[in-house]
Amino acid sequence: MKVSRSPWILHYDASSCNGCDIEVLACLTPLYDVERFGVINTGNPKHADILLVTGSVNEQNRPVLQQLYDQMPNPKVVVAVGICATSGGIFAECYNILGGIDKVLPVDLYVMGCAARPEAIIDGVVKAVALLDQKSAQLKKTKKNRKEAR
Amino acid sequence: MALTELEIKIGSLLLYLILGPFVAGFLNGVDRRITARMQGRVGPPLLQPFYDVGKLWKKETAVINHSQTFFVMIYLIFSIFTGAIFFLGSDLLLVIFALTLAGIFLVLAANVVNSPYSIIGADRELLMMFADEPAILLTAVGFYLATGSFTVSEIMKSASPAILMTPGVFIAFVYILTIKFRKSPFDLSTSHHGHQEIVKGITTEFAGRNLALVEIAHWYETILLLGMIFLFFASTNLIWVLIGIGTTFLIYFVEIVIDNTFARVKWPVVVIGSWLVAAAAGMLNLLLLSTLS
Repeated sequence: MKVSRSPWILHYDASSCNGCDIEVLACLTPLYDVERFGVINTGNPKHADILLVTGSVNEQNRPVLQQLYDQMPNPKVVVAVGICATSGGIFAECYNILGGIDKVLPVDLYVMGCAARPEAIIDGVVKAVALLDQKSAQLKKTKKNRKEAR
Repeated sequence: MALTELEIKIGSLLLYLILGPFVAGFLNGVDRRITARMQGRVGPPLLQPFYDVGKLWKKETAVINHSQTFFVMIYLIFSIFTGAIFFLGSDLLLVIFALTLAGIFLVLAANVVNSPYSIIGADRELLMMFADEPAILLTAVGFYLATGSFTVSEIMKSASPAILMTPGVFIAFVYILTIKFRKSPFDLSTSHHGHQEIVKGITTEFAGRNLALVEIAHWYETILLLGMIFLFFASTNLIWVLIGIGTTFLIYFVEIVIDNTFARVKWPVVVIGSWLVAAAAGMLNLLLLSTLS
């Protein structure tokens, strides 16, 4: 059974203006209905496979973001949604903004837009799902190697 | 060649053990699809619950306290055991006590970690068990008064179904089924959607294989509960058997409708409500039954 068959998403609003967040939620509405692909919006890092982050990271939420990422079991993928999550966007020069999510976490995918359109987010999730399968295969390989080494 | 009683018992046990989780998982898939349709969405594939469990099995199992894995295993074993007693045609009282015991181990598994969500979920699960226990016990007593036996295989052999004598008990049992299926408005211990007040409540701290095991245990439990609905209609009369199968699926559908039309309530409403229904419908039914007979 492929991991990509049931990608569960954890959505975190770093310091977004809520534009991208509304678009993320729009993906779950009847119009886009990502549950067609088995996607569930779980609020729980321990159940999640994909971490969707909107907004740029600042000193206040850096430890929170790190904590959420650490609590997610492997394999996991991080998707930065929107231009703020990608590079800091128009907030990049603000005194408290560290920049994009990749300043704190290893981001796998960047979804462009301000706000990112639902189509773009779904596209990002589909790519994330493919990556999830790759990472899952990798994890299996490392586990096997570790067993053999023992 | 007619099957002996023992062969039928072992056959139904094997069917339960092997096919049980598949049937319940498939029903869960149907449930999610119907739910989606009610909300104007397309919904996930019918086999989605199996994809979910398959995925969870492949994920890393992050555990904070290792006794959690132990308790989850015991929960699964007791859930299977509970159904096994039922489908072997044994004592209904034993089934009920084993069911409670299984639930207690799930509560323990959620309680061994220091997560507020998980602990609130565990507390609420205990409250839910407190709420549904009277109705479940009355069910067993109702079966005894109606058929003269606590044994499932004896109840199955009765000439007229128990429902004719115990309609009130049936109402009380169906009322608490919403708690047992963990459906809204009574899904206090584990909110169905993870982004709500207590995240996932009792299952918040389970990850990977542990969560998959909890899910499988819940499938076994679902089959047992559906079996108990059917038992109300079980008799040697084929028409009643057919009505029983139909009603079992109908009630499952009604549960989905209720799930989609009610918001979650506070715990006193659940406890007082289910005790009132158990008293008004169940107890009254039993009192009448014992005075008449």
